[in-house]
Order: sequence, then C-alpha cells, then structure tokens
Amino acid sequence: MSTELFPFYLAATVALVSTLLAVTRYNPTHALIYFIISLLATAVIFFLLGAPFAAVLEIMIYAGAIVVLFLFVVMMLNLGSRGDELEHQWLKPKMWVMPSVLCLILFFELVYVLSGPSHPITGTAVSPKEVGIQLFGPYVLAVEIASMLLLAGLVGAYHLGRRYLSDARGQS
Amino acid sequence: MDPVAVPVEQGLALAAILFSIGLTGVMVRRNIIIILMSVEVMLNACALAFIVAGAKWGEADGQIMFMLILSVAAAEVAVGLGLLLQINRRVGSIDIDETSRLRG
Repeated sequence: MSTELFPFYLAATVALVSTLLAVTRYNPTHALIYFIISLLATAVIFFLLGAPFAAVLEIMIYAGAIVVLFLFVVMMLNLGSRGDELEHQWLKPKMWVMPSVLCLILFFELVYVLSGPSHPITGTAVSPKEVGIQLFGPYVLAVEIASMLLLAGLVGAYHLGRRYLSDARGQS
Repeated sequence: MDPVAVPVEQGLALAAILFSIGLTGVMVRRNIIIILMSVEVMLNACALAFIVAGAKWGEADGQIMFMLILSVAAAEVAVGLGLLLQINRRVGSIDIDETSRLRG
C-alpha cells in the first residue's frame, strides 16, 4: 500500500465510524454531532479527490446549514431526559438484526458489481472556475430546476411550519 | 495540492458502505429526527459516488450533480422538519409508528 493513499483511508475510517455511531446513538443531539464529524471527513475525501469546491460546499451547506436546522428542531421539541427514556423503550438491540442482514445483502451485491480491475482516478483537480463554466453553460436548465425545487421546499416548509394547521383546515 | 490517485472501486465502496449504514438507520430507528438524518447520510453517500465518478474522468459534471443533490437535501430537510413539527403538535410524539394512520 502506498503512503500516498494514507489520508484517504484515514478520512474514510473516520467517516465510517462516525456514521455508524450517529445512526446508533440514543440521544439525537449526540447523533447529530457524530453526523457533523462524518460530513467533515467526507469533505476531506472530496478535497483529496480533487474537488475543493464540493468540499467547501459540503462544510458550508451540509455541516453548516442542514445540521444546524436539525439542531434547532431538536431544541424546539425540547424532549430532554424524557426523550432518552422513550428512545431506550423504542430501540431494542434485537431490532437491529433483520434490517442489518438485509442491508448487508444489498451491500455485498453492490460490492460484487464494483469488483473488477482497478482504475485509479485521473489526478487532475477540477477548479471552481471550471465548475462554474459548466454549471451556467450546458447545465443552466438544471440550475433553474434546482431553484424551482428550492422554492417549492420554501413554500412547503412555510405552510407546514404554521402553528395551528388544523384550525386553518376549516373545522368550523 | 494534487489529488491522490484513489482507486475508483474503493471510493465507490466507501459510498456503498455509507449508503448501507443510512439505509439500516432508516429501517431500524423510530425517532423521526434520526430517520431524517439517516436519509441525509444516504444522500451524502450518493453525492460521494458522484464526486468519485467525476474525479475519475477529471470533469466538472460530478461536482454539478453534487450541487443538485445538495439542493435536493436542503429542500427535503426543510419539508421533513416542518412535517416533524406538525406531527409532534398533533400526535404529541416523534415516534414514526404513532403516525401509521393517515387520519390519526
């Protein structure tokens, strides 16, 4: 194994371990903090793969905006220690067995499809300038679709976030 | 800094493992917050697969697909968390099994 790949393996191990811990925690706040570590490790992998713009976006939007939204909702729900007790009641260890077996089967199928001769990546970094030229050139329709999707998400979140949705539904 | 010559199979295998962990989380957990977070893990694994594929050819298309996945994830989490707050207000619980009927 060449020493050049060592940072990739290190970041991949951190990403795997922190994602596993994030999915298995009882407390949602702890899970979200492990998820942030997983996202930061993924950003390191993006940087190593020669995608610095994607790495920065991963940190800014995923770890900076989406996870903070989750944390706001956890704070608004304010479950406290009652939430931990409920979670212990919901999540029994034997519940993990069957879904994990099914997912492992699917995972080994994926690995079987991927197995074959090895192809290293080309090793040229793609600068943000090239990404921008492509994004607003041939992919400009995708940008429009993404903006419409975000508008729909905004309207949906505004509608669902109203305080008394049931009263507005015409119960009188 | 130059990118390292990661074998494509290993990058895609990492994405597959992360996707499987997220899928297990969606299937096992009953807390809606954690289920939404597991969906984010799965979307993140897809984004990693796109970045690896884009890096294989040294083209920008992988990063553009990554940005589209990012906007999908942002819209999904905004609507999902709005739904979570409504469910908590109506059912009084964030247990997904409590909402198994459409008209609770």
